[in-house]
Amino acid sequence: MTADLDAALAAVFRAEWGRVVATLIRMTGDWDLAEECAQDAFVAALRRWPDDGLPRSPGAWLTSVARNRALDRLRRSSNEAAKLAQVALFSGDSATPEPEIEDDRLRLIFTCCHPALPLEARVALTLRTLAGLTTAEIARAFLVPEATMAKRLVRAKHKIRNAGIPYRVPPADLLPSRLDGALAVLYLMFNEGYNASAGADLIRVGLCDEAIRLAGSLRRLMPGESEPAGLLALMLFHHSRRSARIDASGELVTLEAQDRALWDRDDIARGVSVLESLSSVGPYVLQAAIAAEHATAPTAADTDWTSIATLYEKLVEIMPTPVVRLNRAVAVAMASGPSLGLALVDEVAADLGGYYLLHATRADLLRRLGQRADAADSYRRALELTESVAERRFLSRRLASL
Amino acid sequence: MKYLLLVCADEAIELPAEESAALQRDALAWMKEMDDRGVRVRGHRLRDVSDATTVRVRNGEMLVADGPFAETKEQIAGFDILECADLDEALEVAGKHPVARYGTLELRPFRLG
Repeated sequence: MTADLDAALAAVFRAEWGRVVATLIRMTGDWDLAEECAQDAFVAALRRWPDDGLPRSPGAWLTSVARNRALDRLRRSSNEAAKLAQVALFSGDSATPEPEIEDDRLRLIFTCCHPALPLEARVALTLRTLAGLTTAEIARAFLVPEATMAKRLVRAKHKIRNAGIPYRVPPADLLPSRLDGALAVLYLMFNEGYNASAGADLIRVGLCDEAIRLAGSLRRLMPGESEPAGLLALMLFHHSRRSARIDASGELVTLEAQDRALWDRDDIARGVSVLESLSSVGPYVLQAAIAAEHATAPTAADTDWTSIATLYEKLVEIMPTPVVRLNRAVAVAMASGPSLGLALVDEVAADLGGYYLLHATRADLLRRLGQRADAADSYRRALELTESVAERRFLSRRLASL
Repeated sequence: MKYLLLVCADEAIELPAEESAALQRDALAWMKEMDDRGVRVRGHRLRDVSDATTVRVRNGEMLVADGPFAETKEQIAGFDILECADLDEALEVAGKHPVARYGTLELRPFRLG
């Protein structure tokens, strides 16, 4: 088989797996059967396409093979539920129109991300059914034994069936919260990959690519919503820094200290163009806009802190969490000086008393204001609260330099 | 889909008279709404766990004991049997129950077949 065909097959697999599974779940109502038949269809493609060439519409070819496999299996089965599913399959139009298939993928995303499923199962199920990762790959990505992951997936699929979790796009009144939930699953998937250390398993790092791909799908599937696009852009900006954020010795490099020549310009350009197409804002859109300011500044010193502070102002309005308010304080300190920033830090001190970054931020602002004794107290408090070796080294250095 | 809705709350919590009356009123309104919608098949409030009795038969011998089957922070205070289109509808119905505001509601699908 030629390398070209290999690559084409891999691309078809990535693009079509979720669609085939989603459509088969709608037709049969049986998640396991849908996965098995999708698997069979891809195996058939591997056998046939090298000789026959790629069909004109690989997706339709795969769906129709998978559907016939499902019919075969259901015919051989004698139970009542199988007979009913068979009727549904027969009555289903063999050439399902494209919009319906796209709806199937949306249904699948929302069902996988249903809040009645445990969070870790939502991520795993999304990777299995939409992205087509094998159980073994997902287990490796989450550093658990394959048997544990298999059990997790089986339980989730059983719960979907037994508890009556609907296979549909949520109605308007549920959509905002369910969409937030689905985006949170994708962001968690991304962060799981992003926080994997440099030498970690490639599968783990690949979670970032899967999350970006799925966010891209969600954005295309829901063109009227701005948040999927916001999340996509945010992940692209983070992802653009993947080669610069860890140095040769495996240490994390702060944003200011990163070598910007290592940032991926294609990711940044894509993120910027995704953001430009948006007319409304939400938490992800604003976080992406903030990340864009950093990503497009030629040097750390060129960072437009005034714009970033304004964006945080808007973010605090819709997402007034203490951590967001702390970040705004940092931006204000950078834009308008440490004393204004310090006042804002003190506003959230009660909420974040146990959070080392609050004390580290406070210490840094006090240091810049020349209040060395208070700064030293805050550095010590921050040191008490973090176990991260890299952070402790950084804080100790700062404390010693006072 | 049929679900058992277990209405659980900490029996030790004593609500002020006014709040308790409001809870009663809201619970009745919830029952009426769900009966009218046809999603509530039946249901009832239960007496406190101090009035509960457990029964076990071991080696042919019946063991009767005072109290609930398990000591928990919250106790089953009532139940409703719901007939809903799917879990989303059952969640919506449960979310409107006044006890959801301070207790915990558990939805258990019926095991059929």
